Amino acid sequence: MIEILQAVAKRIEAEKDFLTQLDNEIGDGDHGINMARGFQAVEQKLPTLADKDIGAILKGVGMQLVSTVGGASGPLYGTAFMKAGAACKDKMELDGAGFAAALDAAIGGIKMRGKAHEGEKTMLDALCPAYAALQEGLAAGSDTKAALEAAVAAAEKGVEYTKTIIATKGRASYLGERSIGHQDPGATSSLYMLQTILANL
Amino acid sequence: MVGIVIVSHSQKLAEGTAELAQMMAAKAVIAPAGGLDDGSTGTSFEKIYQAVDDVYSDDGVAVLMDMGSAVMTTEMVIEAMDDRKIQMMDCPLVEGAVLAAVETAMGTTLEELAEKLETTRTMKKIME
Repeated sequence: MIEILQAVAKRIEAEKDFLTQLDNEIGDGDHGINMARGFQAVEQKLPTLADKDIGAILKGVGMQLVSTVGGASGPLYGTAFMKAGAACKDKMELDGAGFAAALDAAIGGIKMRGKAHEGEKTMLDALCPAYAALQEGLAAGSDTKAALEAAVAAAEKGVEYTKTIIATKGRASYLGERSIGHQDPGATSSLYMLQTILANL
Repeated sequence: MVGIVIVSHSQKLAEGTAELAQMMAAKAVIAPAGGLDDGSTGTSFEKIYQAVDDVYSDDGVAVLMDMGSAVMTTEMVIEAMDDRKIQMMDCPLVEGAVLAAVETAMGTTLEELAEKLETTRTMKKIME
């Protein structure tokens, strides 16, 4: 889990400029910078969490994010990781079903914190389709890797979908119709996290 | 006396709003919580937490926020302090801060304050 999270941190930091560019187009231009700062702090924190259960690790990541990201992604991803952590309490290992439960809890956290649902051009437009595909795969008997591949594919489609819709949440909502045609930064960073988890399974 | 916390993405805005409100009610208990720890723009869980802690009493704390993540981060602070009486106020920041300062200094309770702050939504400043 620690290695996966370290890989996620590195991926987010590597994509900092692209995420900032996306956010410059429809937001306030700080998503990449904020997320990189948050995940740098997460990287520092991870060694201190190494001997803990998965729940505690994810909760630690969440708390670090809310303390250092600085923008809306802080409380949103912070809550997501904290809720995922609560769903993984005392677990030292995560199987497909466990991961699905964690993702479901994370999504619930984002919906609660952001007062949002799918179709509003947010990270949920990547995460909700991903969860649906993951559950479908697992229910059909796929192994975790195959189900996660389907989830990532669904998240990729979700990110593409965000280009076609209008933003009704966050700074981008001030742009109204002009937000159409632009990919949502939050959905993009969510996709990167899922892709990195898959790559490091 | 109900304490007041002013949350903003901007440290200067939080401090300036607190300063203005304090000027209107010298006895009011007000703490700004604006910007990140290094002073750049954003909302800080720690700053908000500390500010609430600084002004907290049994009468509770009213939190006023500018927008977006100021609200979400404040929610998380309140969840972290779940045994305390803290209420987020949905009102314009500056107008709300001034009224909150005047009211709390007169002993208005947290519950009464929420109702009073509703009036700030439609306050006019240019009189006929």
